[in-house]
Amino acid sequence: MINAEPVGPSHSLPIAVDDDVVRVRQLVRTAAVATKLSLVDQTKIVTAASELARNTLIHGGGGRVEVQPVTNGTRRGIRLVFTDEGPGIPDVDRAFTDGFTTAGGLGLGLSGARRLMDELDLWTKVGEGTVVTAVKWER
Amino acid sequence: MDRVPVLKIGDMLLVSIQVDLSDRLASQLQEDLADRIVATGAHGVIIDITGLDIVDSFVGRMMATIATVSRVLDAETVVVGMRPAVAITLVELGLALKGIRTALDVDRGIALLRELRATTDEASVADDEAEPAPAPAT
Amino acid sequence: MNESGFGRLTLGYSALTDAAGSRDERAYMDDKSGKRLASLLAEHRDPVLEAWATTVRETLRGRLARAELSRQLEEIYGALQSALEGGAVAADDPAAAELRDVLAELSRNRARQGFSASETAISVFGLKDALLAVLPTKDREVLADYATFSLMVDKLGLFTFETYINARDAIINEQSAQLLELSTPVVKLWDGVVAVPLIGTLDSARSQMVMERLLQALVETGSPFAILDITGVPAVDTQVAQHLLKTVVAAQLMGARCIVSGIRPQIAQTIVSLGIEFGEIVTKANLADALQYALREIGVDLGRARRRAATVEG
Repeated sequence: MINAEPVGPSHSLPIAVDDDVVRVRQLVRTAAVATKLSLVDQTKIVTAASELARNTLIHGGGGRVEVQPVTNGTRRGIRLVFTDEGPGIPDVDRAFTDGFTTAGGLGLGLSGARRLMDELDLWTKVGEGTVVTAVKWER
Repeated sequence: MDRVPVLKIGDMLLVSIQVDLSDRLASQLQEDLADRIVATGAHGVIIDITGLDIVDSFVGRMMATIATVSRVLDAETVVVGMRPAVAITLVELGLALKGIRTALDVDRGIALLRELRATTDEASVADDEAEPAPAPAT
Repeated sequence: MNESGFGRLTLGYSALTDAAGSRDERAYMDDKSGKRLASLLAEHRDPVLEAWATTVRETLRGRLARAELSRQLEEIYGALQSALEGGAVAADDPAAAELRDVLAELSRNRARQGFSASETAISVFGLKDALLAVLPTKDREVLADYATFSLMVDKLGLFTFETYINARDAIINEQSAQLLELSTPVVKLWDGVVAVPLIGTLDSARSQMVMERLLQALVETGSPFAILDITGVPAVDTQVAQHLLKTVVAAQLMGARCIVSGIRPQIAQTIVSLGIEFGEIVTKANLADALQYALREIGVDLGRARRRAATVEG
């Protein structure tokens, strides 16, 4: 479990169409700037959010993202929660392997996001859906 | 429908991406470029990403595809203006973007394309000279 | 309250609710406590402020100008009165928000000016004695009100202490960051060649900074070549070696080339034994060789320059 306490209001967006991925990027960028993440960290979290949002849209059949500023007691961070009620992920290990060129695979979505974020948590159930929680802390 | 504009400079095409690229716009750009290369007979493509503050796997794949497709259509591609934070993130992401040429800015990109074209021209001239002279008619 | 202050304020906040222990100041009060305290403060304003200022001046020993100190204490006094009139009887009451802001500002200034945490907190605690001195303490109701007031000021003092600590931490972090930047010089060796000569131990934080500074320099100077010289680095571990590698790859992605020079034999062995592929990366024994390589790649012919100079002189 990720140790993160909410600090301030969260914001949520639906992910239903292609353009929503851009909106998610913009929302996460705003939150990252407000939390004063470094430029490199801002870029990383927005890129991770883009990957995860795309996953939610394409493999989850659409869903939501919740962006929440958090703290672990000493550092501030941002928590992203991507939720969908799609088919779920049957083979989690395979989903995390680099599938950049694998046709029909989940691409770099999960493995990439895990590399860019500090913490990543996955809950999935075949036939029910998927929840991906990821946190980026300030340095 | 909005699209990313493609400009013609001499025998090169310049794409300057200024907006946050949705997947749809990126795919559209890929198609448009291929069409324009054929339509103009361009031998070089410059993709200017100075305005992009992120490059994710979709955009990365798009650029790799553009490079491959262009090469098939006898055009070389150079990506210019990548921001440091983006480069660092791509390395972290594990996206090597192999096979994609890069340059610091548009000017150097043009210079690189000219260099590459000159080498290709030399190679084809050398090929022509290497061909055996046609047999005399009997 | 500025953005970066917010997170710190939240942490200082917990001191308010934790510090009371089992005592609840609200046990001493009734509905009118706040208003009575406010009028007490208004009634005895001048003598209390005078006594308070005297106490605080003694602890600060002349390091703060009289007029400035009086102004600060008056501001706190006024904010405290407003808070009490607004019904606040506890330090964490919403009505005391402005008061907390004033105290936080005080802490930050004191931290920057080099006063100690205690000196800063005493500036707040001193008010208690000052008020007690003028109160008719035979009156039970007044005593009960004072008890409430005392607890409230205790909490405010602790709050001030905590915000002081946070402010000082922030200053230290800022200075560390500046130090880190200063120890990572980026020099332009030639038109199109920048170099980062590193000296001393490289840790993860520093190598991260080196990466960012080097890449930024590439963009700013438009240099297609960067030389990362580690002659002055005694040893590297896996993380640092990987950071160096990432720097080179990132430079390449941007359209520049990164040469690594000054790799000592021990470091070379470490890199190999860690199984890190340095592959296509150009490495040179020293900075001079790296510069010569870069210049040749750019197409600078030093030979011709020398000959031309000789002709002019001759």
